[in-house]
Amino acid sequence: MTQPIIQLSGVDKFYGDFQALSQIDLDIRTGEFFSLLGPSGCGKTTLLRSIAGFETPSAGSLHIDGKSMDGVPANKRPTNMVFQSYAIFPHMSVAENVAYGLKARRLPKAEIQERVSEAISMVGLQGFDSRASHALSGGQRQRVALARALVLKPRVLLLDEPLSALDKKMREQMQSELRRLQRAVGITFVLVTHDQEEALTMSDRIAVMFDGKIAQVATPQMLYGKPSSRRVGNFIGMMNFLEAEVRATSGETVEVDVQSLGRLTLPLSQAPAGVDGCQSVGIRPEMLTILAEGQTAEREIEAVVSEVFYYGDMTFYDVTLPQKDAPVTVTMRNTAGRKVLAAGDTARVGWSPVSLLLLR
Amino acid sequence: MVLISPTLVFTLLMLAVPLIMVLALSFWTQSYLTLDRSFSLENYKAAWTEPMYQYLMARSLKISIFVTALTVLLAYPVAYFISFHVTPKRKAMWIFLITIPFWTSYLMRIFLWKVILGYNGVVNGSLMGLGLIEQPLSFILYNQNAVVLTLAHSWVPFAILPIFVALERVDRSLIEAAEDLGDNRLRRFLRVTLPLSMPGVIAATIIVFIPTIGDYVTPRLVGGPNGLMISNMIELQFKKANNAPLGAALAISAMAIVTCVTLVFVWMNRKFMRGPK
Amino acid sequence: MMRGKGYFFKWYVALFFVFLYAPAILLPVFAFNDSSIVSFPLKGFTTKWFEVLQSTEALHVAVRNSLMIAVTTAIFSTLFGVLAARASTRFAFPARRSIMGFIMLPMVLPEIIIGVSLLVVIIQLGFELSLFTIILGHILICTPFCIAILSSAFMNLDRSLEEASIDLGQTRWNTFWMVIFPLVMPGIVASLLIAFTISLDEFIIAFFLAGTEPTLPVYIWGQLRFPQKLPSLMALGTLLLVLSISLLLLADYFRRRGLKKTGIENSGGFL
Repeated sequence: MTQPIIQLSGVDKFYGDFQALSQIDLDIRTGEFFSLLGPSGCGKTTLLRSIAGFETPSAGSLHIDGKSMDGVPANKRPTNMVFQSYAIFPHMSVAENVAYGLKARRLPKAEIQERVSEAISMVGLQGFDSRASHALSGGQRQRVALARALVLKPRVLLLDEPLSALDKKMREQMQSELRRLQRAVGITFVLVTHDQEEALTMSDRIAVMFDGKIAQVATPQMLYGKPSSRRVGNFIGMMNFLEAEVRATSGETVEVDVQSLGRLTLPLSQAPAGVDGCQSVGIRPEMLTILAEGQTAEREIEAVVSEVFYYGDMTFYDVTLPQKDAPVTVTMRNTAGRKVLAAGDTARVGWSPVSLLLLR
Repeated sequence: MVLISPTLVFTLLMLAVPLIMVLALSFWTQSYLTLDRSFSLENYKAAWTEPMYQYLMARSLKISIFVTALTVLLAYPVAYFISFHVTPKRKAMWIFLITIPFWTSYLMRIFLWKVILGYNGVVNGSLMGLGLIEQPLSFILYNQNAVVLTLAHSWVPFAILPIFVALERVDRSLIEAAEDLGDNRLRRFLRVTLPLSMPGVIAATIIVFIPTIGDYVTPRLVGGPNGLMISNMIELQFKKANNAPLGAALAISAMAIVTCVTLVFVWMNRKFMRGPK
Repeated sequence: MMRGKGYFFKWYVALFFVFLYAPAILLPVFAFNDSSIVSFPLKGFTTKWFEVLQSTEALHVAVRNSLMIAVTTAIFSTLFGVLAARASTRFAFPARRSIMGFIMLPMVLPEIIIGVSLLVVIIQLGFELSLFTIILGHILICTPFCIAILSSAFMNLDRSLEEASIDLGQTRWNTFWMVIFPLVMPGIVASLLIAFTISLDEFIIAFFLAGTEPTLPVYIWGQLRFPQKLPSLMALGTLLLVLSISLLLLADYFRRRGLKKTGIENSGGFL
């Protein structure tokens, strides 16, 4: 396999006594759309800025394209960044902004002009060349920031929460735009976000971070389907947790006592991070079903509906299971003919052991 | 660190060193043209015990305090008006209009007050013309009242600005909440607006008090013999009386008193700041 | 509803403005008054006092001195101000608060203290009083004002603009000239103007530190004792007033133009 384009090894970052990054080991592959995902304060932006050169690690090494970035200032690295505020120079027009980096390289005027027009069309802003930058909308500004960075043909494009300032519709539009752009240009994108939906839809691989450490690196499907810990499972999408006690482990299976569900034998593949220290079993809300009359499932359990949340296309039910105080969420699509229950109704909840995950 | 050094070095040379030298000078004595550099507390003894200097310092304090009070009282309603009764677009223009009189020469402005308050001046002329008085008033010029009035006029825009800024910062929804909870207009002002604007009032007080106590031109032009202030005496010692060490001692003493009073104000400021912010 | 209080305010503010503008209004009134005594009643219209100004050589010398001092002061105060404002808003150096407090001190010291201190130093060190010494004194008192204005300008600067420039490959030096400088330009203009105006009108320090060459305020002070010079002084004052207002309006015009170019919202006013 070819060498990863970005290699972080043992990276720590301290601000005085505060540790922002702790033993970060990460490989990012050439050409992939990689996301750093986590709640605010988890260190993802610090990590991105360390790659860009605006923060210097207190320990550890960073290699881009095999070369060490130790002592290399930000303006000499093969990376370019799209800032959270876009940082469009307000006193320059769109074309002047996009040309900025090219001018710094002292390229001939004709070449600059050509590349600038190309970049501006690539982000869909044809005709905006001489527009003053303060007259642009948020989405347009973002495209200018993208064009300005991409025109320099960096090896890696770094994006710091690029969609957080946009409204919902614009955000969705830009998500597919960014994906399309990345495929068209073919370079590595590293994106920082706190929005897990965003990360899931756009990325090839995601690194989930908590408290300065990397919790799990995986594809979106793996992250959702096989989270390595309760915390990751809870952060990506919704997850119900039941207390669990490991009774015995044998070659390929583990015996667990699960709250409300009883004693179960699960294959080891359903313990993504191993059996040691696991105290919970997680199950996604969509893996539970409210059974209709006459409908059966592999297993069932009696429950009482405590709250109903209606979303138009889906209904979320909070149901109380026996031997468990906190309700468990079940999501159901509102297909034709399906009955919508009310609070207080009893329900038969269908489930299958195959959707359970044993988690730490 | 490098960036700040030019400015810092300059200020050290031009401010710290001179102030230290003045301090040193105040401990020396001068007789006619010879400067005796031996340490002596004679100047301070004179400054603090001789009735003339004590009296002058007390008068300067008194005038300054009156000016400060008068200025802040005059300024507050104007600041309030601009903040609450002027449309946002025009506020800058009003502030601008308030500062225009400043663009006249300071000296000439003080001189013009002489013209206004003088025996044949505008005030007397108009009052006599309206038949309200028969003889020109003589108590309005060449005394402490004139000094207070003139200084207040000079400094009132400087008082308006910080009060205005503080009033602008007052969250209007707090005042509306007070109304919703039953307060009438006066109570809303006294219980919400005024306390929240206090930091601005205190800033205005400091901004006016400190320079006025050291003012030289106003007492000289409109103060008459009874309206002179400490800075006039300091200047006298340095120039005509040729007793720079005494002047230095007077200056240091005056500065010490001003600093103490200011610290009291700053302490009051902290007390008020703990509340709203 | 609010009308009752509004009424009181309107009267108060109107009277206040009469009080505020009283001296300033008198300047043109007496400047054009055909009488060698500055008092009422007015005698008639004339422009001869302005002509007197034109022929007074001493005045021209004083004006030249003041202008020279004011321009120099403006440039150096702004320079010091830019360095200090940039340092204090962008970097955290040891004892920053104390150092900045010390630098801003001249703003709260009575001018006479500063004048006296500088006089003492200059005499003790054996230097001569001259325009140069006045310039030094003026820079000392103007710099804090410049710092106040420029700090606000630097604080409004989005830090990511500097980082973006570096990220795109530009050097730190060029980043300053191509990104930072244009964007703090309104602040720099304001700073130059404020320093210029303060210096031009400053009296006490100039009075204490003047050698044989007077500045304009010192010249005016000298003239105030001569009653026959007063009307021409009124004419001079009128000219200064008109000049200052024009300068200020011009500066505001440029400030607005600058803001339009960079799209920052116009908050109105230099302060």
